[in-house]
Amino acid sequence: MTGCGVEAEAGGHARLTGRTLCPGEGSGPLLVLTEPLSFWGGTDRGTGLVIDAHHPQHGCSLAGRVLLMDASRGSSSSSSVLAEQIRAGVGPAAILLTARDAIVALGALAAAELYGTRVPVVLLGAADAGRLGQCTGAVARVGAGADGRAGVELADRPRGNPAEGAP
Amino acid sequence: MTALALSGEEKAMLDGGRGPGAAMAMRLVAALAGVLGAERLIPVRGAHIDSCLYHGQAGLDFAQKLAGLGARVAVPTTLNVGSLDLMHPGLVRLPPGEAAPARALMDAYRTLGARATWTCAPYQSLDRPAFGEDVAWAESNAIVFANSVLGARTERYGDFIDICAAVTGRVPQAGLHLDANRVPTLELDCSALPASMLAEEAVWAALGDVVGRQSGTGVPLLTGIDPALADEDKLKALGATSASAGGVALFHVAGVTPEAVAAGRAWAGLPAVTVTTGMLRAARDELTTADAAAPLDAVALGTPHFSVHEFGKLAAALEGRPAFHPGCTVWINTSREVLGQAREAGLVQAAEERGARIVVDTCTYITPILGPQERTVMTPSGKWAWYAPMNLGVDVVFGTLSECLDSACAGKVVRDDGLWG
Repeated sequence: MTGCGVEAEAGGHARLTGRTLCPGEGSGPLLVLTEPLSFWGGTDRGTGLVIDAHHPQHGCSLAGRVLLMDASRGSSSSSSVLAEQIRAGVGPAAILLTARDAIVALGALAAAELYGTRVPVVLLGAADAGRLGQCTGAVARVGAGADGRAGVELADRPRGNPAEGAP
Repeated sequence: MTALALSGEEKAMLDGGRGPGAAMAMRLVAALAGVLGAERLIPVRGAHIDSCLYHGQAGLDFAQKLAGLGARVAVPTTLNVGSLDLMHPGLVRLPPGEAAPARALMDAYRTLGARATWTCAPYQSLDRPAFGEDVAWAESNAIVFANSVLGARTERYGDFIDICAAVTGRVPQAGLHLDANRVPTLELDCSALPASMLAEEAVWAALGDVVGRQSGTGVPLLTGIDPALADEDKLKALGATSASAGGVALFHVAGVTPEAVAAGRAWAGLPAVTVTTGMLRAARDELTTADAAAPLDAVALGTPHFSVHEFGKLAAALEGRPAFHPGCTVWINTSREVLGQAREAGLVQAAEERGARIVVDTCTYITPILGPQERTVMTPSGKWAWYAPMNLGVDVVFGTLSECLDSACAGKVVRDDGLWG
């Protein structure tokens, strides 16, 4: 079981609140990106793997994961790569950010417009993100409403195979 | 959530008054306003589109849906590179399954009414945004150049929203369109860097790597640089690499860039970091992945696209140099417009006579142009060095133009270690 400050504090299901950047619902094991990532050039559009050799999470898969990152980095082509990963079914299940990152949000918004696949993108406070940052592998459920209110619920113990791709 | 107040015209667009294509574009612009927390939209005078580079079916679906719904650009709109060199068919070795949709994507953007400029350096055109003008530019090097060197105002627009801004003529009033977000957040003191180093464009690219890593997505102010040492090519190299290595969309250089000149001494008291020659040398080494003893297969110039001035510097540097080594291909990326001007000025012949190959409409680091035997590549471009190993699987040696040309003639890496301190 992943040792994690958020679970310990809540003693069961821990809930964090955030702001909706792109509405939707998704759940999966949490993947914490400890540095900003460029989806374009830094991830494979066909597999969702992090291929940026400079990146600490090099080799991890984004597919089906709840991604926690401060923001993206570099090329503005990242929106297309994210939308294509969502179309191809290898994109993240949800994305949690600490910055209002338009490039990430637009990839999810475009995929929703084109395919009706609604991958939630949520803005978290830095303190909450810091607590979640200890929880790689824990299963998170993310709901982001069109009214702007969003929530992240952390299961009391990881399900599935949370160790996959964890650093 | 902050309520977005739309004008009557904007509401009508959202409701389909200008057709379903413009309504789809306005839906995305309004959604972006929500993402950025903007309360209203503002008009833009022009747009630069990066969505014309093929990244898979989703991008093509989006452009074709917009075009099919009758959307057309409402403001002058330029196009970034595509995945193909339309002037030199056969040069790009994309498999047909990729080349066909890549071509269809380029066609869709022309249908949408954008100009077939196919360049990442739209700022090299005479027709470019003016100081203080709001525009919607995409592509990280174009964005940082527009904001920093031209003093125009663009947020970090990317795929999908670039064309939606062009179709609606609107963007959210947010980010770098606002005065408050354009003031520097940190000072990078460059006074320890010798003029002999700052004479080299590649050193500005290495500086960009340092700036990107120090600044993240902040707004750096570089101080201590003799304005006589700066030119647009060097600022292009600095911006492109800082956007690759960090998330820099706006930098200022004291006494050089327009907003820094306008601010005068108003920006005192920022947290400061001193940039050293050791940091530049470390950046050079970090941008190098190849074993420097390996045979050199290629040299990549023109990322971002070569300017007329750079063709001139190259022609001058080639005087007295022999032909390039037959085992080493020199590739030069540029735009159709610049190539035409450079040819007319007689600045291309010297490179071509020595074996250089010219690429337009696209770029050697984003699409398969280099042959399978071209494994070790030298470049003075920080951006090429940053992305090519990931995109192409090549190994890179980062160096100055002069080092690149010496190496291209020798067929192996030739270093001028004295220069890098």
